[in-house]
Amino acid sequence: MTFNPEQTLKFSPLHRLQWEEAQQKYVILYPEGMVELNQSSAEILKRCDGTRNLAQLVSELEAQFATTGLTNDITAFLEVAIQNGWINPN
Amino acid sequence: MAGSTQTKPTPPRWLLAELTYACPLQCPYCSNPMDYAKHQSELDTEDWKRVLSQARKMGAVQLGFSGGEPLTRPDLVELVKHARELGYYSNLITSGYGLTEDKIIQLKEAGLDHIQVSIQASTQELNDHIAGTASFAHKKQVAHLVKKHGYPMVLCVVIHRENIHQMPDILAMAEELGADYLELANTQYYGWAHANRDLLLPTKAQFEQAEAIAQAFKEKVAGKMKIYYVVPDFYEDRPKACMNGWGTTFLTVAPDGVALPCHSARQLPGLDCPNVKDFSVAEIWHESKAFNFFRGDDWMQEPCRSCDEKHKDFGGCHCQAYLLTGDMYAADPVCSKSPAHGVIDDAIAAAAHSALAADEKPLLFRNSKNSRNYFGA
Repeated sequence: MTFNPEQTLKFSPLHRLQWEEAQQKYVILYPEGMVELNQSSAEILKRCDGTRNLAQLVSELEAQFATTGLTNDITAFLEVAIQNGWINPN
Repeated sequence: MAGSTQTKPTPPRWLLAELTYACPLQCPYCSNPMDYAKHQSELDTEDWKRVLSQARKMGAVQLGFSGGEPLTRPDLVELVKHARELGYYSNLITSGYGLTEDKIIQLKEAGLDHIQVSIQASTQELNDHIAGTASFAHKKQVAHLVKKHGYPMVLCVVIHRENIHQMPDILAMAEELGADYLELANTQYYGWAHANRDLLLPTKAQFEQAEAIAQAFKEKVAGKMKIYYVVPDFYEDRPKACMNGWGTTFLTVAPDGVALPCHSARQLPGLDCPNVKDFSVAEIWHESKAFNFFRGDDWMQEPCRSCDEKHKDFGGCHCQAYLLTGDMYAADPVCSKSPAHGVIDDAIAAAAHSALAADEKPLLFRNSKNSRNYFGA
């Protein structure tokens, strides 16, 4: 699935993103299920609040992790996230 | 998860809170124990709050409010609110019977995350017959209201010989109601379903036809609706991985406070399942005899002990082994490697024979009268 990089992205109201103290990680919760996230996935999803598009996500994350060249990795993850219904293009 | 003998158990992730055995429905495949009428006492609100807090502290995050019918508990909204404050993801597992729009709003405000509505069939006549209660029209209305108020909606349909022919209509109904998830739960033959097995177990041909229809639908609605398919284990070669491994993930608390490693484990002999009124959840999870009973693989007999798949399915389901062979340490007989596998073939043959017999016996409905008759009260 491809998405329009100009569109802003918003975390799905049918899922919940939450820090789990016992597991020391972020998780996505949905009916009778849970996905455990690594740090970079969680950092991407936390920023999907309906105000940022792909380019804005990439520049913020590259600044935060003091690196460059994240576009492909972030794009690939967002495609998976949209496919799974975790986020929706606005 | 896989390992030889576990030294330190993983913490619970799933808490199933069976708030009550009271239910206005009488489904003949109910997973409650057949002698449920013997267990009349119910935990009070403070007991449940304590259990929720203790389990959450250990790491439980998915919470199912179930029963019986959880809506019969007057403190449901209060418990949902407490669960939300603790950070649980709360699932209400309901027949929908008695659920009003007002209650749906109250539960949403209290922090309920999701409502699973069960429907028994795609037609009013069959739904109301199976449920033992006129409930079809109301259930459909509830499904609409659940969506209207922004919940993810899971429609659950238990599949058996009486409704399996309706598969195309059931799928169309799920689409029409806007279900986000559809759980197609092939009946698991414990408790009431075990007693009614001759009348509920479909033939292999019926299963295969229904599964093919469901599979095609799954592809059609990909991206719009997710399908959970509970496999018909009588027609599988290998058993299900019971509870994701005994005492690794799931904790059930029955209405009277008895803590169970699986909701069916109450029937197993000699487990001495502890009560949350007497012990903390941490004590129960780590130290009780019941929760340690089938942890690891030291308990296994052949063919499980030397089986290269033993860490995949953990020997299958102990309750099924006990029900069908009388030995809870035996391999789940649905496994084709089980020396007792013939009991599954016999059950399939008996059900097929019953379907063709002129004097088919009636379904035994799940109600207090039949429960009392069962334990001879």
